Amino acid sequence: MAMSQTPAGAPDSALEAARAEPLHPPMTGRQKILGVVAAVALVAYPFVFNAPFPQHVMIMIFLYGTMAQSWNIMAGYCGQISLGHAMFFGIGAYSSAFLFATYQISPWLGMLVGMILAMAAAAVVGLPTFRLRGHYFAIATLVIGESVQIVVQRWDFIGAASGIWLPIVRENQWANFQFHDSKIPYYFIALGFLAVACLAVRHMERSRLGFYFRAIREEPEAARSLGINITLYKSLAFMLSAALMAMAGTFYAQYVLVVDPEVVFPLTLSILVLLMAVMGGVGTLWGPLLGAAVLIPLSETTRILLGGTGGAVDLMIYGALIVMICLFKPEGLIGLVRHWLPSHAVKKEAGHGDA
Amino acid sequence: MLRITDLEVSYGDFQVIWGVSLEVGAGEVVSLMGPNGCGKSTIFNTISGLLKSKAGTIELDGQRIDNLPSHEIVGLGLAHVLERRRVFPYLSVRQNLWLGAYNPKAKAHRDETIEQVFDRFPRLRERQDQLAHTLSGGEQQMLALGRGLMSRPRLLLIDEPFLGLAPGVAKEMMDMIASVNATGVAVLFIEQNVQVALSMSNRGYILESGRMVLTGKPEELLNSGEVKRIFLGG
Repeated sequence: MAMSQTPAGAPDSALEAARAEPLHPPMTGRQKILGVVAAVALVAYPFVFNAPFPQHVMIMIFLYGTMAQSWNIMAGYCGQISLGHAMFFGIGAYSSAFLFATYQISPWLGMLVGMILAMAAAAVVGLPTFRLRGHYFAIATLVIGESVQIVVQRWDFIGAASGIWLPIVRENQWANFQFHDSKIPYYFIALGFLAVACLAVRHMERSRLGFYFRAIREEPEAARSLGINITLYKSLAFMLSAALMAMAGTFYAQYVLVVDPEVVFPLTLSILVLLMAVMGGVGTLWGPLLGAAVLIPLSETTRILLGGTGGAVDLMIYGALIVMICLFKPEGLIGLVRHWLPSHAVKKEAGHGDA
Repeated sequence: MLRITDLEVSYGDFQVIWGVSLEVGAGEVVSLMGPNGCGKSTIFNTISGLLKSKAGTIELDGQRIDNLPSHEIVGLGLAHVLERRRVFPYLSVRQNLWLGAYNPKAKAHRDETIEQVFDRFPRLRERQDQLAHTLSGGEQQMLALGRGLMSRPRLLLIDEPFLGLAPGVAKEMMDMIASVNATGVAVLFIEQNVQVALSMSNRGYILESGRMVLTGKPEELLNSGEVKRIFLGG
């Protein structure tokens, strides 16, 4: 786990956890052991819990973790809050579904097409909107995201409001990216996608690109005055983020085998992804995963236990939890983890002098 | 080296700079003075490409740079140290400096330049792994200046280098600017305190409400009754 060992004082803002991240000491022995245990547990999980529901919950954690990570690149590292990320998810889901349903093109290829289209869409959306700052950028992406959903709802060529039903194919399951006997292949594909997203973020975080993103987040004017082409780097962040979102979209389409505008383009999806990243801890590698790992089981459980009562009690509990996090742990759940992990205890000790 | 002719700048319909002309010769130190809100920073931001001009020309060594994007202007040898330092608070001192060497020409000499900056500001060397927001105000100003030098500029614009600094630290900063200038870098800086500004410049310009009202050598400006009127009223 990439813990920072900065001599900075105790966290004094919601973003402290995020911003203190850039220095990367090598992993400690304890962290390596923790990593190996986690990897073994993840591989063993679907064989130990052999029922569909526990597997489904984990698949959803991986899927939403991928999306939260994607949002994190744009908002957590580069500082641009997008409220329209569902559009990239939808583009991914629709691209592969449409190509498979219409031309029997493998969803794996369809996924690549979707990722490229999502990157192109991000570039096009970014061009006029990157001039906007803070809330105005967020509002612009919200409006664009909603507009895309409305257009898709009325676009007959891709099924309009009824969407696309993917044909069921029982042979060549891996090539056709659909599995009807077990959820285990889905489990490992989702885990793989999540790993791709996390490795991308980890690599970005430690590269030159990560510096530029953080410089743009912290002092955009200063970054510009130093000659950093901030429009270019915002575009790169947005495109990378969009591609990962589209990848998740294809996975979703292949998992449920039907896509329609209400399910893959909704504002609620954009917000949910944002909540996971924010609750877990934005601008950190592990925060978004933590957010997904807490929120998904919570929403699945409350939905099953309370969802049928008709009063959306599950959403109320969800909301209450978010309010509590905002009040007591504004830097996200990652703050709690850092508090508990021994490597952080050392940091705290060192930081007391400045606090 | 820098020549601004009849510059006009507006924020939307609201014009703030009216026909300003200004020149900085090679190796010169030139101060730009004037009361709050008269447009000094606006002129700097327009020179470095953060703002677009409405009319007039800005030339660097005879080449038009008005309305070029900032990253191209930096590449031509102009660095702008922004008002209130604007260091990247949650990056380390060294990382802040690295970001100053963004353009390809500067990047090639990055490690060499960073050593020069550390030699000039030994405090930054001591604190190179510290996050920038943990530095004192004076150290942050050194970092901002050092970050500007990382692009190996021939002309340095510094917006209020002494803002919020204790008198002793301000004096240190003046010496540093002088030593940078001694290596052949021309300096154009903004300062409110006329005495301080003129004590360290070859020439000065005084701006009032977006118009250039006075220019001259330090002794001429200090003896001018006009300066008293502008800064003290009456």
